[in-house]
Amino acid sequence: MRRRRGVGYYLSQVAFAILVVLVFIYLVFPFFWAISSSLKTPNELFATPLVYWPPIPQWHNYVEVFTAQPFAHNLLNSLIVAGLTTLLALLIGGTAAYALGRIRFGGKRTIFYGILGVSMFPQIAILGGMFVLIRTLHFYNTWWGLILSYMVFTLPFTVWVLTSFVREIPRELEEAAFVDGATPVQSLLRVLLPVMAPGLVTAGLLAFIQAWNEFLFALTFTVDNHARTVPVAIALFSGASQYVLPWAQIMAASVIVTVPLIILVLIFQQRIVAGLTAGAVKG
Amino acid sequence: MQQTAIEAKRRRAGRGMSLERRRARTAWLFLAPSLIVILLVAGYPLFRTIQLSFTQTSLLQFPLKSHVVGFLNYKFLLQDSQWWHSVLNTVVFTVVSVGIETVLGLGIAMLVNAKFPGRGAMRTAMLIPWAIPTVVSAQMWRWMYNDVYGVINDIFMKLHLTDKAYAWLANPKLMMPAVISVDVWKTTPFMALLLLAGLQSIPGELYEAGRVDGANPWQNFVRVTLPLLRPALLVALIFRTLDALRVFDAIYVMTGTNPNTMSMAVYARQQLVDFGALGYGSAMSVGIFVIIGLFVVAYVVSLGVEVD
Repeated sequence: MRRRRGVGYYLSQVAFAILVVLVFIYLVFPFFWAISSSLKTPNELFATPLVYWPPIPQWHNYVEVFTAQPFAHNLLNSLIVAGLTTLLALLIGGTAAYALGRIRFGGKRTIFYGILGVSMFPQIAILGGMFVLIRTLHFYNTWWGLILSYMVFTLPFTVWVLTSFVREIPRELEEAAFVDGATPVQSLLRVLLPVMAPGLVTAGLLAFIQAWNEFLFALTFTVDNHARTVPVAIALFSGASQYVLPWAQIMAASVIVTVPLIILVLIFQQRIVAGLTAGAVKG
Repeated sequence: MQQTAIEAKRRRAGRGMSLERRRARTAWLFLAPSLIVILLVAGYPLFRTIQLSFTQTSLLQFPLKSHVVGFLNYKFLLQDSQWWHSVLNTVVFTVVSVGIETVLGLGIAMLVNAKFPGRGAMRTAMLIPWAIPTVVSAQMWRWMYNDVYGVINDIFMKLHLTDKAYAWLANPKLMMPAVISVDVWKTTPFMALLLLAGLQSIPGELYEAGRVDGANPWQNFVRVTLPLLRPALLVALIFRTLDALRVFDAIYVMTGTNPNTMSMAVYARQQLVDFGALGYGSAMSVGIFVIIGLFVVAYVVSLGVEVD
């Protein structure tokens, strides 16, 4: 059965290895470049020929992000907004997912399609109306304005991912609880919740990332650093003069917000892929 | 035996109301919070946006003072060459970026589907561009595209791909390709992950059978991989298309409101917020909604999503 391994075999192996390395470099190079730039002195940053890695890495850009910019405040805003958005979406989306994934009732199809449709809402299509809503509720330039508006994409998404998880749970578990005299609420809390934990982690993580990365609403519904989140801050970073952008600081800030996300991704890699494909492929 | 116990339990719990109706009531109770929130954050803003699109309203005055102008905003919209230009930009952006992402994503998915040392590291690397916030990736690339100190010019000149430094984000001919490249970098891995899940569901025996029949790798790809990957490919394609049609972040950060790259979303926000034209901007929003809505309908219909 074994074929003789000729020159062609080794050549194709080498070609394959080169291809893998090239793809890998393509994927990580921009992030590498951001790290490298964030560790440079101004002289190294604007040196020709280019310095690919600073001989003595400097941390001062990371300090300046917090001293020259109100970045700590922006981080706090982002953490609170993304955190509360996620909790709220899981809480109310979880019960909806239970109903959609478990209970048979009329009108379920319509509701499911409706939620599916909302999850694809282009944010720009409701920007004007959302602005009016937020002004009316006096939520303009506050965390609450962002949390409320983020529900429009996190909630349908959460319901959707969780519903696919609920459907996977064996029905016998509930039947057993039912025989023991549990009400639907009890069976949800005592029986399904522990089994749903992995689904909640996945959906929560994806919702958190979505809220953490959101830009359009955050840009439109905040005016200053009172509620301004990280993506808006990074987009609007300004330096000493209007024309010189503080690139090293922008790169340092970029690394600061990306590293936690990459750590999360590393830890929950399998879950994230499962969640993305559950949401996407199964529908 | 157990079955009858359940039946008895159900009858007792029912207390006159049928089990069917009790379950339905519970379902609606569980759905209520989500439905109320969705009505508030999606239904109401959508209704207000449509309503505002028939008025002339300034964003700067609150409470709003608007007067009804009928279809005037829509009439302007149809004659607004900048609007049609931004529609064209968005369509070009979508078609080109999604096209490249599909081909490249399929290639990377097949690469990672093969077994090789360091495959785990590769899969992790694939999640990095996806996890980075779009704004951050746009800023990173903007710095890399810098005409004087940018690394892209440096690498291209070292590889003799170009003979001089270009201003990638200022040159009218290069702006769109530059912006598309960033989107390709950011979302190809996502596409690859979706397709990888599809690839892994193809049974290996099929390739084995192909090998026995003497099929070459290309025949295997066309006759086995592509047909079986079709559902996953379709979902990934539609997902990315919808996403690309509403592109805002990357374009806004890298090229602002420059007409050469301005997307529908960037133009609508400029009207709504920068010019404070709540009425006209809303009409534009409705236009975007209709265009994207057509794709959503196509999506739901073509997939026939299963509920039960």
